[in-house]
Amino acid sequence: MTTTGSGDSKVEFPRDRLSPISTEADFTVNVVAAGEKPRRQSFFKIFLTMSLMVKLAALWLIFIVGLALYAKLDTAVFNGALPLQDPNFQTNNFDPSTGEFGTGERLEKPSGQHWLGTDAIARDSFARIAHGSWVSLIVALVAASFGLIVGGFLGALVGYVRGWTETVVMWAIDVILAFPALVLLLAMVSIFRVRSLFIISLVIGVLSIPAYTRVARANSLAISNREFVTAARAIGTSRTKILFREIIPNVMPTLISYAMVAAAFVVVVEGTLSFLGLSVQLPQSTWGNMINQARSDIKVDVWQVIYPSLALTFSVLSLNQVGDFFQKRRSVRDSAI
Amino acid sequence: MGKLLAARFVRLLATLFAVTLVSFFMVVLLPGDPAVAILGQDGVQNPELLQQVQDELGLNDPLHVRYGDWLGKAVRGDLGDSYTNRGQSVADTIADRVPVTAQLAFMAILIAVIFAVPLGVIGAYKQGRWPDKATSASAQVALSVPNFITGIFFIWLFAVKLNLLPASNWNRMSNGLGANLKTAIMPATALALTQMAIFSRLVRSDMIATLQENYILAARAKGMSDRFILFRHALRPSSLSLMTIVGINFGALLGGTVVIETLFAIPGLGFRLINAISQRDIQVIQGITVFIAVVYVVINTIVDLLYIAIDPRIRRK
Repeated sequence: MTTTGSGDSKVEFPRDRLSPISTEADFTVNVVAAGEKPRRQSFFKIFLTMSLMVKLAALWLIFIVGLALYAKLDTAVFNGALPLQDPNFQTNNFDPSTGEFGTGERLEKPSGQHWLGTDAIARDSFARIAHGSWVSLIVALVAASFGLIVGGFLGALVGYVRGWTETVVMWAIDVILAFPALVLLLAMVSIFRVRSLFIISLVIGVLSIPAYTRVARANSLAISNREFVTAARAIGTSRTKILFREIIPNVMPTLISYAMVAAAFVVVVEGTLSFLGLSVQLPQSTWGNMINQARSDIKVDVWQVIYPSLALTFSVLSLNQVGDFFQKRRSVRDSAI
Repeated sequence: MGKLLAARFVRLLATLFAVTLVSFFMVVLLPGDPAVAILGQDGVQNPELLQQVQDELGLNDPLHVRYGDWLGKAVRGDLGDSYTNRGQSVADTIADRVPVTAQLAFMAILIAVIFAVPLGVIGAYKQGRWPDKATSASAQVALSVPNFITGIFFIWLFAVKLNLLPASNWNRMSNGLGANLKTAIMPATALALTQMAIFSRLVRSDMIATLQENYILAARAKGMSDRFILFRHALRPSSLSLMTIVGINFGALLGGTVVIETLFAIPGLGFRLINAISQRDIQVIQGITVFIAVVYVVINTIVDLLYIAIDPRIRRK
């Protein structure tokens, strides 16, 4: 048997032989044979199987992503022409063209014009939350991509190759994990004088790699011992090909369901950084810096603290709920096979 | 056992070495000249003085020499002086602030364990019924609320609305225990909430596993009360992983108090770290980072060893 052509390395295994493997992180493995296209269910069908709580969570996440895209579209493409207020416009400002002060006030209550009222310097809170969700979205996405691509590849590689590569990589990862996450993050962030969204995403992204590597390695270890990998080796498939066609396709689905839970953590971390004034620089609004700015007026108006806090908490809760749902769904499917 | 201890010790040393290496080089890579930071405008106008300070700090030596000097001093407890507050030794600053942070972390863990263990036991005992569902759902929520939001909520409720507890003005232990606890209880509880959720989930799942064991069935057959079985027979074997997590999270809390200390203006390590970052006081950032990392690594090792000492199943391997 030769290994030329993709069909030859395809190893069919009866589905009933597959049993769930529990790994270090309790993320179970669902095996996809090389070349096989996993059966895809439409998102809507999956959505219908969710419990009410998870449905609400998924809807909230869709809403936040939509809001973030809308806010970014408004400023980046339409120059603020879409119906969303300018997040940095102080509505009580002096306007030189009319020679009058704006009619807005600081700490306004919610109204038709300002859906969530105005903040301490009379800026529209809804617009600020919308633009804040863009920051959270980008940071979460960049961290997940770093984790999935770099962490996933590293973990899959060392779990399959073993030997000194594994020793060196895992030792390096242990060293990074030897620092409490927030302290290392603070120390790294303090290196940069100018903190753009790009820099913050990059730092959080790099620091996300170790956890993904661990999960990927644990899965890769389990998969490397499976029959279909042995079979692929027996027919003379090259190591690179086994890694990319057998190991990584089977590590990824597990890692993606981990990514949701990890994203919840990343959103909290970014919120914490912003709260400490060490994330993306002002005037860019983030949920964390809105909370920090509003807390000095807590005696006058607690609502300006509550809105961004709820946005942050609901998003984290939703990511956790949806992440748990997908994780459970995977393990249920695995044990049913 | 002796071999295992030796291996663990070698690993500890290797990790500690790497941690100091990372902390040192992270700071060396920082843009900007520390000598200029110390001298300010004087340094820019007076190159001779600048040169002198650079020599004093050893900034012109090769990197490995600088690392060796720094490590040699650090091992002896000398982490250098602060660049912005001249003459203030970093080690003294840390020694001054550790008790505050340690107290907060300790109280948080204590509060968390006190509430988490009964909640976890109830969850396991009433598995699938409403007490379990209620505690699991609250744990889910508690895990999702960042601790600074909990903290602000506490401030709003207890300091602004009810006017019961102070929102800032930390009282040191030397000002009397009562005054100290009054300022410490709110931040500690805010920190404890997340931990409580983690711990109670852990106790619940371990307890569910333990309750399936035969000896529990035997105890039940002997006619012992459920409460006795739960707390005297089942709790101890179910608390092993709890102990590990408590140990690890105590180490992590030493760093995690950063936000809560900032929020409540508590003069602990974390608050100092944030100050140092805003002043770009590199020596202090480096000192605190390496200190927390070393404590964290050492605590994790101790927890590992305790785990081995307590669980006979692991010891025999």
